Amino acid sequence: MKKVNIVFLLLITAAIAVLISLLPYGESSTMSTYETVGTAFEKAGKFVHLVAQLDKSKPIEYDAIKNPNYLSFTAIDSLGGTVKVIYRNAKPDNFEHSERLVMKGKIVGNEFDCKEILMKCPSKYTDNKSKIEQSVTNNTK
Amino acid sequence: MEYIGEHLLPGKIGQLLIFTSFVASLFASVAYFISSRSVNLKDELSWKRLARIAFVVDVISIISIFILLYFLIANHRYEYLYVYKNSGNDLEPKYIFSSLWSASEGSFILWAIGHALLGMILMFTSKKWEASVMMVLSLAQASISTMLLGIYVNGVKIGSNPFILFREQMPDLPIFTYADYVSKIKDGNGLNQLLQNYWMVIHPPVLFLGFAAMIIPFAFAIGGLLTKKYGEWTKPALPWALFSAAVLGIGVMMGAAWAYESLNFGGFWAWDPVENASLVPWLVLIAGIHTLLIYKNTGQSLKSTFLLILLSFILIVYSTFLTRSGILGETSVHSFADLGMNAQLYLFLYLFFWGPYFSVVKGNKNLLIALAMAIGFLMLINFVHPIFAILSPIVAFILLMQHLNKVIPSKKDEENVSSREFWMFIGSIVLFFSALIIIGQTSLPVINKIFDTKHAPAEDVEFSYNRIQVFITIIIALLTAIGQYLKYQRTSTKYFFKKIIIPSVFSVVASILILVFGDINYTKYGIEFLTAIWAAVALSAFTVIANFSYIWAGVKGNLKLSGASVAHFGFGLMLLGILISSSKKEILSYNTSGIPVNFGKGSKENTGENMTLVKGMRMDMGKYWVTYSEDSIHPKKSQWYYKLKFESKVGNEHFTLIPNAFVNYKGNQGLMANPDAKHYWDYDVFAYITSMADPEKNKDKATFENKPMKVGDSIFYTKGYIVLNGIKSNENLPEEIFGENGKLLEADLKIYSQTNSIYTSIPRLAFAKGEVLSVPDTVMAEGLVLQLNKVDGENVEIGIKESDAVLEYLTLKTYKFPFINLLWLGTILMALGFIISMARRIHLNKITKNA
Repeated sequence: MKKVNIVFLLLITAAIAVLISLLPYGESSTMSTYETVGTAFEKAGKFVHLVAQLDKSKPIEYDAIKNPNYLSFTAIDSLGGTVKVIYRNAKPDNFEHSERLVMKGKIVGNEFDCKEILMKCPSKYTDNKSKIEQSVTNNTK
Repeated sequence: MEYIGEHLLPGKIGQLLIFTSFVASLFASVAYFISSRSVNLKDELSWKRLARIAFVVDVISIISIFILLYFLIANHRYEYLYVYKNSGNDLEPKYIFSSLWSASEGSFILWAIGHALLGMILMFTSKKWEASVMMVLSLAQASISTMLLGIYVNGVKIGSNPFILFREQMPDLPIFTYADYVSKIKDGNGLNQLLQNYWMVIHPPVLFLGFAAMIIPFAFAIGGLLTKKYGEWTKPALPWALFSAAVLGIGVMMGAAWAYESLNFGGFWAWDPVENASLVPWLVLIAGIHTLLIYKNTGQSLKSTFLLILLSFILIVYSTFLTRSGILGETSVHSFADLGMNAQLYLFLYLFFWGPYFSVVKGNKNLLIALAMAIGFLMLINFVHPIFAILSPIVAFILLMQHLNKVIPSKKDEENVSSREFWMFIGSIVLFFSALIIIGQTSLPVINKIFDTKHAPAEDVEFSYNRIQVFITIIIALLTAIGQYLKYQRTSTKYFFKKIIIPSVFSVVASILILVFGDINYTKYGIEFLTAIWAAVALSAFTVIANFSYIWAGVKGNLKLSGASVAHFGFGLMLLGILISSSKKEILSYNTSGIPVNFGKGSKENTGENMTLVKGMRMDMGKYWVTYSEDSIHPKKSQWYYKLKFESKVGNEHFTLIPNAFVNYKGNQGLMANPDAKHYWDYDVFAYITSMADPEKNKDKATFENKPMKVGDSIFYTKGYIVLNGIKSNENLPEEIFGENGKLLEADLKIYSQTNSIYTSIPRLAFAKGEVLSVPDTVMAEGLVLQLNKVDGENVEIGIKESDAVLEYLTLKTYKFPFINLLWLGTILMALGFIISMARRIHLNKITKNA
């Protein structure tokens, strides 16, 4: 590579870096962390990935007729910590059957204000043997 | 046990063919290698002939494997696990293909078929390059065949075999205690609903043909290294590189079209790792094509060309590793299931990390040292720290570059800043940077694995990419616009300005028009980001106009010569389409929260994107009135179609969208929605179902409550009150239905809901042929069923049932994408440009050969 090239490259890289750093993006586009309920409360107000599951013993509040954009439920993590979650969006399909939830959002007051839910569902499309077994039972009836 | 009804022969043949394919392609690779190393012509030719025969055997095997698997799926041979897991009785014929390549094994077969077809072409066209190029291709083919072997060596699984029997894989399932188990398994597990989409019929073959084509420029580069013809390989490699760019580019964009039309990403691109993994090799290839052109025209940047072309294929293998190893975990919505072949996949990658260096090592001693290093690093990765998985390829490439520095003399003269090659080079480097940044961000799960950290992706994943790539777009769009107006070596200022002034003026006018009237107001991330978008839009318009005019200004309208202009023109349209449709994407179902009832808790912050439609009720959705009018079910599958009528509030526009959803498909609880879109030339309206009444809840558990009333009375229900206005009695009824003395009583009810809506309901009571028959009436929107029980003089009894079950409703999201068609049109034109250039380069290569 020629000297001139290198100079230009550095200039372009620097220009991009400066432009990006100038933009007041805050934390929304930098890396986040995975948390439990307890540690999420310690970082209240900060955007985190909360790893927990749906507490099936507590009611799920969702009424598409009244408000299709309000879902509230209780999440429980592996350490037993619980938190009420508010998700202002449609209830994800198959939500009641989810095995694990990764929730993106932050603690506001006593609640977890959730922006996005990633679900781990008992999918049939895996090599999970018990699921295949279940599926065979269904298809041989 | 003797099993009855199994079709074992196709599977046995299939397994044999997989093994044959592996052995034949490995043999072909070795034989081609010996041929390339032979000193006398006789040996060279006889080894080459053997290699060819072996490769043809591989081609026949791999195509037969495909056909066999097709027939197993088409005939529902559920004794095979692959068929059971990925297909079902309900599939339309075209989805038999989708089933075939829906899982990892099938898509490897597709990739291998791509290699086989392209290999046949290369065998006849690559002449003196045949031995080295086909050696590399056959080696890749052999590597892919190992992924299908499905054998265990010392308890380690090598490959996953699509012909394995269900009972062999899971022998302890109770069903296999029956000798006639085959007749008991009546249906398969079904094809993943997401893949039951027509794009899934054509996207994978095109994408994998692109994957397969990517090895050809790589193989020519290796050929150049092996034969020490460091510059010559670029000539035959260029048309193939252009071909790969066209096919892979289309393949990736077909995936985007699938995402747009089926996957509910809410768009065509979500920076999902699976998308990124196939975009990145393409970007690097494009950078490589440009340095290759610099080399052809000026003799410079050969080393960069080697680096970029070699990396482009290595990144293909890396993407295979990412998407099939299960390492992406939660960060991707559509990677393949983990088949427990991570080590094997990594070795595949490792082979191509070190392969290029091995092809330049000379002498047995050096070869041994290189081998020791490659294996040593593997040990270090396995036993010491996974960080060596990063260090190993870096070392391999440093060693390779060192060698290239020695054998390829650097040109001493500086290139002129006014030359085309200078700016092309800058552009290539920027593209390469862009690719590095994307793959770096995508590799977060890999980094987590290596350093045992737990970093999570950013809050706003798409924006974490966009905020960087928008600046790359600005630079690339500017360079693409002016590039062709520069001449190789040097450009006179006068020539440049004379040529570029007209397109520039047009572009300024066009940009101003777009920015003033286009209403691009994407303020979500502040004015700074919006400014960057504006700049990118203006420069993309410049790219479009400048390259369009170059077809006349530069090559005088000769289409044969205008491949580059057409490709760049298409690329500019793509950029415009991406920028405009993404920044002007509108959520139509936004903030118009459905039914006009008092919201409960949380209603203040109710700014959601979903809206609930009740069957039969016209709803207000922004610019449209929408009615969910009826639904129907697919004759064979549990797939429901919902008819939604859209009427524009202004003007005459009206259309029907029929989004569909799989409801409790094949025992999978819940729904999987497919959107529907109305396409106009300048925008799409796109709707999909996000939620529905729970089918379990739909079982009506409510009962009638009977209330005595008199005419004029009113009674309350939970959402309002009901007034009985009168009872009408109809006599003189047709005798054939009602018999003699038939009577029909009608209650005239008015329902006043809390939201000031008024409904009329007329439940009926019929006396016909001696029987009393009550005909209830429903008020959908209020969830009311009303029934006339008794009329006894003044005393009337009305039955009232309040139930959500009578409410057939669905919750949906509706988007408007303006100018999405620019993206698709641009893609097609870009690919067309590549093909024109490819034809031109093949033609030029022929002329120079004959001269």
